[in-house]
Amino acid sequence: MRSWERDPILTIDHLSMRFGGLLAVGDVSFKVGRGEVTAVIGPNGAGKTTVFNCITGFYKPSVGRLALAQGGAPTPQDIDDLTRLGRASVRTAAGSLHLLERMPDHKVASVAKVARTFQNIRLFSGMTVLENLLVAQHMGLTETGLLSPAALFNFPSWQRREKAAVARAVAWLERIDLLERADDPAGDLPYGDQRRLEIARAMCAEPVLLCLDEPAAGLNPRESLALNELLLSIRRDFATSVLLIEHDMSVVMGISDHVVVLEYGRKIADGTPEEVRTDPRVIAAYLGVEEDAVEAVEAEVGV
Amino acid sequence: MPAAPVSGAAPGAFGAALKDALISAALTALLLLPLVGLRATEDGGGPLILTYRFGLVAIFAAIVGVLRLVLLLTVWRPGRTHAGRSGTRTLGDLGDRAAPILKPLFFGILITYPVLAVLGSGGLGPSRYWIDLGIYILTYVMLGWGLNIVVGLAGLLDLGYVAFYAVGAYTFALLSTSIPLGEFLDGALGVDFWKAWSFWVCLPVSGLLAALWGMILGFPVLRLRGDYLAIVTLAFGEIIRLVLINWVDLTNGGAGISSIPPITFFGIPFSNGEGGFASLFGLSFDPMHRNIFLYFVILSLAALTALATVRLRRMPVGRAWEALREDEIACRSLGINTTLTKLTAFSIGAMFGGFAGAFFAVRIRFVSPESFTFMESAVILAIVVLGGMGSQIGVAMSAILLIGGMEMLRNLTFLKAPWLLGPDFDPSLYRMLIFGFAMVAVMAFRPRGLVSGRLATIFLKHRKKVSGDLVAEGHG
Amino acid sequence: MDIFLQQLINGLTLGSIYGLIAIGYTMVFGIIGMVNFAHGDVFMVGTFTALIAFLLLTTVLGITSIFLVLAIVLVVAMAFTGVVNWAIERVAYRPLRGSFRLAPMISAIGMSILLSNFVQVAQGPRNKALPPILPDVIVVWDSGSYQVTLAYKQILIMVVTAVLLFAFWWLVQKTPLGRAQRACEQDRKMAALLGVDVDRTISLTFVIGAALAAVAGVLYLTYYGVVNFADGFVPGVKAFTAAVLGGIGSLPGAVLGGLLIGLIETFWSAYFSIEYKDVAAFSILAITLVFMPQGLLGRPEVEKV
Repeated sequence: MRSWERDPILTIDHLSMRFGGLLAVGDVSFKVGRGEVTAVIGPNGAGKTTVFNCITGFYKPSVGRLALAQGGAPTPQDIDDLTRLGRASVRTAAGSLHLLERMPDHKVASVAKVARTFQNIRLFSGMTVLENLLVAQHMGLTETGLLSPAALFNFPSWQRREKAAVARAVAWLERIDLLERADDPAGDLPYGDQRRLEIARAMCAEPVLLCLDEPAAGLNPRESLALNELLLSIRRDFATSVLLIEHDMSVVMGISDHVVVLEYGRKIADGTPEEVRTDPRVIAAYLGVEEDAVEAVEAEVGV
Repeated sequence: MPAAPVSGAAPGAFGAALKDALISAALTALLLLPLVGLRATEDGGGPLILTYRFGLVAIFAAIVGVLRLVLLLTVWRPGRTHAGRSGTRTLGDLGDRAAPILKPLFFGILITYPVLAVLGSGGLGPSRYWIDLGIYILTYVMLGWGLNIVVGLAGLLDLGYVAFYAVGAYTFALLSTSIPLGEFLDGALGVDFWKAWSFWVCLPVSGLLAALWGMILGFPVLRLRGDYLAIVTLAFGEIIRLVLINWVDLTNGGAGISSIPPITFFGIPFSNGEGGFASLFGLSFDPMHRNIFLYFVILSLAALTALATVRLRRMPVGRAWEALREDEIACRSLGINTTLTKLTAFSIGAMFGGFAGAFFAVRIRFVSPESFTFMESAVILAIVVLGGMGSQIGVAMSAILLIGGMEMLRNLTFLKAPWLLGPDFDPSLYRMLIFGFAMVAVMAFRPRGLVSGRLATIFLKHRKKVSGDLVAEGHG
Repeated sequence: MDIFLQQLINGLTLGSIYGLIAIGYTMVFGIIGMVNFAHGDVFMVGTFTALIAFLLLTTVLGITSIFLVLAIVLVVAMAFTGVVNWAIERVAYRPLRGSFRLAPMISAIGMSILLSNFVQVAQGPRNKALPPILPDVIVVWDSGSYQVTLAYKQILIMVVTAVLLFAFWWLVQKTPLGRAQRACEQDRKMAALLGVDVDRTISLTFVIGAALAAVAGVLYLTYYGVVNFADGFVPGVKAFTAAVLGGIGSLPGAVLGGLLIGLIETFWSAYFSIEYKDVAAFSILAITLVFMPQGLLGRPEVEKV
């Protein structure tokens, strides 16, 4: 049994998303392994970002089930029970189980603990780097209420809390090497730094699953390398599982444990990077030819 | 209305500038001819007749033409790239740079203002105008600061803010003039209790009720996009005003509610005679005591608004407001419940509007729906926008400029001289005209207001100012 | 039944006027995504231009044929109001393209205040009343106790509205200008790259919107015979409600919405309470925006993440 099937953090079943007459994603099922890096690849318009938006609650899928398991592997029985129960979340023996398609987007982030970044960076550009990282810790800081008196009147208990939040932000700034720029507006940072800051911001929310939408897009090779290192360090130092959409094959092949390939909204391959790399359907999708012509094309380009 | 493109003039060519100026003058004449040059006049109750004022059109056209020529040859001269822009930028920089120096000066003047007014005008009695003006301006400073939470921080364009001002004013007016409530409380707590304490009891009630209304009105509408939200809030503001007019049984309709009890010095009336404020403190009675006290009440209320805003900005909820203004989708991806967050901004802003409303009612001692028109919302919004959304000192400066300026306009009596515009000329008619023009002009030349940019709410090494160009203004 | 029929006639008349104003809102929103807050006051400027032109033609030039007068008034009001709105776009909105999103909206609020107070200062604050124009009526149905009437001016309003709407529909559907407008609606940058003069197209949109508002102004003056500088606000909001109800950005929607708002207003006044008729209009606006922001004929918006 493969690792992602043994202990999946996210189980996607029969996900379909329809916009009017357009089927953007059709009957896609795959699993995301706990503690692993899973990459979703595919040509432009394959429906990758749509899958992401469904996972993170920005779109309500037309059909499908997205089960996120915190703590440990769920049994199929658990998932079916929850589905029948009609609720969004339930405690299980291992931890808790959440059906993401039943949650509004902010609950996906705050309760199911799925954080994400965006294809076109969405930082709070008028706020400083430090403020960006503090906003990400909003949920932890407001546990006692949005307008808790402790915070309103700046009690010592609140000051301790805030200090801890700043300490976490500083730790992340050190990791992404932006401590010097903590007090600068996020919009002033160079592009590559903004990408890494966005990832750090998502990580400050302490997610169990981090979804990265094309993190390497628009980066130069040096920045791309720095990004690789950041992702590997996240994988090494945290229990966070990572799901990423990527076009840059050096990133995908370099860091991922599991690759899912989409084309025209359907899954065409699912396996380790090595398996996917040699899959004729994947090569066909990327080269844009029919499957049986792959060998001829391969011979032509000398693979 | 001057209208013509700035670009297009050949470099340094006087002829081109002249042509441009002539076109502007001709356009002005064309635009003014039908509605200024001709006037439908009521002829003593008879049918309308036309009167002519072509001279006036010619004068305006000439003014626009000459002004345009002068500007084209100096400030807008092609070659002086962005000259017009840099002119306004220096003005803005002045605002930005002056803000920190102004702050202590501003507070100093605010606290000593009544003393300065009394000394400056030579006595308690003559200072009345200045004290009242101070109260009037401070009310708008407070309203501006309250709306600033909604528009400046959370980026929600609210065109119905006056509704909460009205809720506050009517709450106080209705409760304080309610006979059964007064009788009940007087019976339970002593004679004249309600007359003496109604304001102090009703002030928090007004604020809370306005906040509640903010929640009720805000809940369904806060997921709308920016301009839709603006229109719906405008609709709600108008609905509340129309209900106040038409629900005669409760509100006495357009006639309003009068004989609202005056403010007391925490239970002690400002009256002449035994037990009054003056006799208790060994002063000789003067009606101005009450006005000076009102000044300090509104000053404290405004200060409360300002302090609360400063504190809220440093709390997670305040940061979430600003983050919401920057990027709502990113907020949602971080787990922030945007509806709830918007609702807090909306209802806290409404609460301060309610406080201001109660104060308005106790000051004027009369409320009627006429005080709560859309124009009032527009004025408050203009104060926030001109001040620079989010900047408290900017909002205060613009309230002083706008409200003080409009008040000054009322006093331009020299324009009534027979050789100038004649005794029929009413300068206060031009207040809103100039006001509307100023709103358009501010958007054209300095859309970010007097004090642009924002100060970070927290810092590791030094607090830096974020340039206004990076700060978003909200989109829903 | 008799009262119902009468209200139906009155509602359609009123609705025609709202529909004509609503088109200006919907077109401007379609092309630059902005709520032109000053449009109601542009309509008011149209009514005053019509008033002045009417007085000029009847009292100064002494023309007695009412149809000739109305025809000239219509042309003059359309032309002048168009120029006014062209100038407004030029001065107050065009410099703000590319500024932050709420800037044009705030500028438009300022322009609305400016216009109504300009007319107040220039023409005086009092109501301006004309002697009734076209006072004759046709009795459509007589139930004995109640006569259902159709006034000549109501026929005039419906006919003028129908003719102009048809002409306008042709303009938007069949001419290069209409094509340029639709291109700008889809993607302004791309349209500019393909050689569409975007500034000119937007200017013309404002001119057309104002011309239709001026027609509404002339009809309003004919129907009520009274104008006031403050008359822009409430009809403006109602026309905006019509545009939203029909689906903002959709031209047939604006007309449909206008007729619906006109009908709702007259029926509300007849059967419920006349005092609350404006409350009804504002409530419909709020309810539509909250529960059905795409309106009856509009396209739903998909949020881009």
